[in-house]
Amino acid sequence: MVSFTLNGEERRFDGDPETPLLWVIRDAERLTGTKYGCGIAQCGACTVHVDGMTRRSCITPIADLEGSSVTTIEAVSGREAEAVQTAWTAIDVPQCGYCQSGQIMSAVSLLQMNPAPSDADIDAAMAGNICRCATYQRIRQAIHDAASSLEG
Amino acid sequence: MGRHEILRPSRRAFLQGAGLVIGVTLAGRGMAANLIQGEPADVQNPEAKAFNAFVRIAPDSSVTVLSKHIEFGQGPYTGLTTLVAEELDADWSQMRVEAAPADDEIYKNLAFGLQGTGGSTAIANSYDQMRKAGATARAMLVAAAADEWGVPAEEITVSKGVISHQASGHSSDFGSLADKAATMDAPSEPTLKDPKDFVLIGKDRPRLDTPSKVDGTAVFTLDVLADDMLIAVVAHPDRFGATVASVDETEARKVPGVVDIKTIPQGVAVYAENTFAALKGRAALKIDWNLDAAETRSSEEIYEEYRQMIGGAQGLEAANEGDVDGAMNGDGITTLSVDLVFPFLAHAPMEPLDAVLMRQADGSIDCYNGAQFPGQDKAAIAEVCGVDPANVRVNTQLAGGSFGRRAQFGSPYMREAAEVFKASGMTRPVKHMWTREDDIRGGFYRPIYVHSLRGAIDGAGNIVAWDQSIVGQSIMNKDELDTTSVEGASDMPYRIANRRVTAHQPKLGVPILWWRSVGHTHTGFAVETFIDQLLDKAGKDPVSGRLALLPDDARERAVLEKVAEMADWGSPLPDGRRRGVAVHKSFSTYVAEIAEVSIGEDGGPKVHKVWCAVDCGVAVNPNIIRAQMEGGIGYGLGAILYDEVTLGDGGRVVQSNFHDYRSLRISEMPQVEVAIIESSAAPTGVGEPGTPPIGPAVANAWRRLTGQPVTRLPIMSAAGV
Amino acid sequence: MTKTTLTRFCLLASACALLSAAPVAGWSQDRAPAAPEPSQPVVQKKAETVQLRPVSDFDAIEDETERSIAIFEETGKVLLHPRCVNCHPAGNVPLQTMAMTPHQPPVVRGDANFGVPGLMCNTCHGPENVKVVGQTEDILSIPGNPNWHLAPIEMAWQGRSLGEICEQIKDTDRNGGKTLAELIEHMAEDDLVGWGWNPGEGREPVPGTQEAFGDLYKAWAATGAHCPAP
Repeated sequence: MVSFTLNGEERRFDGDPETPLLWVIRDAERLTGTKYGCGIAQCGACTVHVDGMTRRSCITPIADLEGSSVTTIEAVSGREAEAVQTAWTAIDVPQCGYCQSGQIMSAVSLLQMNPAPSDADIDAAMAGNICRCATYQRIRQAIHDAASSLEG
Repeated sequence: MGRHEILRPSRRAFLQGAGLVIGVTLAGRGMAANLIQGEPADVQNPEAKAFNAFVRIAPDSSVTVLSKHIEFGQGPYTGLTTLVAEELDADWSQMRVEAAPADDEIYKNLAFGLQGTGGSTAIANSYDQMRKAGATARAMLVAAAADEWGVPAEEITVSKGVISHQASGHSSDFGSLADKAATMDAPSEPTLKDPKDFVLIGKDRPRLDTPSKVDGTAVFTLDVLADDMLIAVVAHPDRFGATVASVDETEARKVPGVVDIKTIPQGVAVYAENTFAALKGRAALKIDWNLDAAETRSSEEIYEEYRQMIGGAQGLEAANEGDVDGAMNGDGITTLSVDLVFPFLAHAPMEPLDAVLMRQADGSIDCYNGAQFPGQDKAAIAEVCGVDPANVRVNTQLAGGSFGRRAQFGSPYMREAAEVFKASGMTRPVKHMWTREDDIRGGFYRPIYVHSLRGAIDGAGNIVAWDQSIVGQSIMNKDELDTTSVEGASDMPYRIANRRVTAHQPKLGVPILWWRSVGHTHTGFAVETFIDQLLDKAGKDPVSGRLALLPDDARERAVLEKVAEMADWGSPLPDGRRRGVAVHKSFSTYVAEIAEVSIGEDGGPKVHKVWCAVDCGVAVNPNIIRAQMEGGIGYGLGAILYDEVTLGDGGRVVQSNFHDYRSLRISEMPQVEVAIIESSAAPTGVGEPGTPPIGPAVANAWRRLTGQPVTRLPIMSAAGV
Repeated sequence: MTKTTLTRFCLLASACALLSAAPVAGWSQDRAPAAPEPSQPVVQKKAETVQLRPVSDFDAIEDETERSIAIFEETGKVLLHPRCVNCHPAGNVPLQTMAMTPHQPPVVRGDANFGVPGLMCNTCHGPENVKVVGQTEDILSIPGNPNWHLAPIEMAWQGRSLGEICEQIKDTDRNGGKTLAELIEHMAEDDLVGWGWNPGEGREPVPGTQEAFGDLYKAWAATGAHCPAP
């Protein structure tokens, strides 16, 4: 039995302790904003926040999360999250959209730690998130836009 | 669109997986299952009135467009809705969009004759049809208002979703008149707007699907949920054409949550109460494969066989003008020749292939999937599951990319999903999913191609002959010439007096498919890198040299001139950088690109900037056109730099996931600047045409940097990086 | 393994260990993770194809300096192993696999050797190795340790000879300020050093055991901690 917090609510999981957090979120909790893309931490589509840090849920066994606080795209909040989602919408970053939950979770984390990232900072922070539609140019732009909006 | 409250019912199913609840079987609880997430449009808003097959208007004045084309990022949901809204004179804020049901007649792609998305046709084939659908609905609303208010229809105006009669002071929103209007006679030939009166078409328009893709509520097939649903994965053979010889299921059945295991024609299906149990169960299977019918040649063996074919039997003639052999052997002629090798490529859409199938109490079957050819999927399910096609509903979901992968005649993927469902007994809903490994190793690749090119330059520096042989599987599985093997080469735009293009179409046991831009993926590269080398050899500038070879009326000219102007072609470059240019028409859209490249820290090309000019006729939504050019460039760049699917010794696929089938990452994405040529020509597609020019533009720059032409893709592995 | 061979390997690579002393808590943001305390040593005693020779094997070398050098060279089987070298790169990108290829996805060192905002090491690397189930046979586990991070750049050994590395690990300016005694203890008992012998499914461990490795270091120190020629 693992007890953890998911989007602010106490949850318990008593299935296979090896189950990756991704499948607990998607199958048991039926929160489907967090995506499967590779299963080996190569693509970042499954990115969530664990205790405030980015985490690839596909390679995180639920057993490691006793007492942890998990936030998914459905509940990510705060001024950085709001700025990122607003900027993403304003310039239509998504194409197919499948990777974008993960992109946004990474971008929010970046801005929480570095409120004014350079292009190089953005590239380094986001290099673990694959977008097969290659929306990267707009991702870069939206992160800059979000950073600017946070200045004011 | 598609915003649903995400329900969180009991975790019963998961607990069953842990063996805590009795009755874990394929038979489930014997009740008709409830869909929790992924409902089709008509379930979501039953009050909306249908004005025609494409337009529904609800009492709250929301207008829902039924998109006959799947949305996987290329933008038809927004584009088709824009066309309807324009002629309907709706306010953009009232517009919604949903996937149309599967119907090969009503919702056929007018370019194909069956329902399907592909070939960059979504806007091109729908342009008049969707405008007419909007204009028809508008005429019906006006007729209803005229009847209601007792005024002449001609005096009624519609603007931004408001129907008005100025003289009488009447006005109404759409919703109040929808019930009545839906019963009015539809005009047979509605009047369409003069393009100069367009309010929405031609302007940047935000995508309708963006909000749900930013907050995680967008529903893709993988997100479709049903009560009592099983998750199924299939163990596939490690060689194409192999079949199951024997299975040891012992260990797999011990995995908590695994419900059953069945052998199907495509492999061995594992059914489980949750995804992890399914994956764990599959990993525990021990399978012996029968290789009698398997393709066992390696990529290197295939390349060698293809090279041999060029010198061997006569190829299929795709173009033959003038006297190529005579010109090659003329006096004072300099010749140049090069062989090019293109590897298998996987599409690798972010969302691997998946489908949810469930049977209703009346025996009919609902399928939820990213249906690019919905009618083909429907037929496949009907045939495999033994039901009448009329009793199969395909509910098209948003798809996490495709790049060609989801469009398959005969729907081989859906046949696998249907076999999985059928073997389960069809009592519980089944979600069948592929892992990334299933995707990368699943075949249906862009075929291997080998090109052999020879060119001749006369003493005056004119390119006088071009001889090109192309070897590769026929995507359309033809014995006679397959135009998709030679498109972009046989019809190249350059005026060269003596020109021959031939094709060889060998058979191979590796399933193949179109890949973003189909034949242009290799012909664009071959033509645009070889013409660049010939111009170089003739001492000509890549831009002016190309322009001199293009006819006066060629639409390539404008994009080439534009891109040269954008990049200030010929201006001094930073140290260590070189530029390459390419122009290519595909799907009736013309794109020119210039890439600025240096040698990167890893020894391979570092692409700093790409300028792109596109002529796609009327630009319905410049925002989406720019996005498709940006994305098409990034997608093509990743492929030409990093990607190949290699068959190793014995025919096993070497690559398996994103660690060795690399995708372009943000740190490798150049800055892209796009210009759209203003045009009143009929709109043409933008999903694919941005992709073909990037490879040759980068390769041409790379040749200037290194002195070596790129003769084998991907560049990084050819360069030994 | 001869000295020549070792030196040739050195050109390709650097070496292992000395990781856990690096303070990760130097991160300036308040959200940054603190470096966890090193936990108990992981000492594996399973048979390996390449073994470390026991200290007694060197008893026959009469000259103490030569014996000291020979013992250090024996530890080079571990130091120069890709499993260790991969986290001591000369640049800002960790390496991976026995071929020591750049880390994929492309991550970078960052100010605290723990990645950069948005992509810290612990985005993927947890407190222990994690078995990957049902995916590619190339990646059977994701490596992990409570203190997973990159060796600081001053501890980079890539491209250096075993002799150079030896001098480097004795240099308090380049070894995290350790005395020789602390260095020996680190080699013998540190948990992240010990990861090399327990690298997770699908990864070849470094030779021998951490216990035997620690014994060699103790013997090396006791013989004067002499270094091979650079």
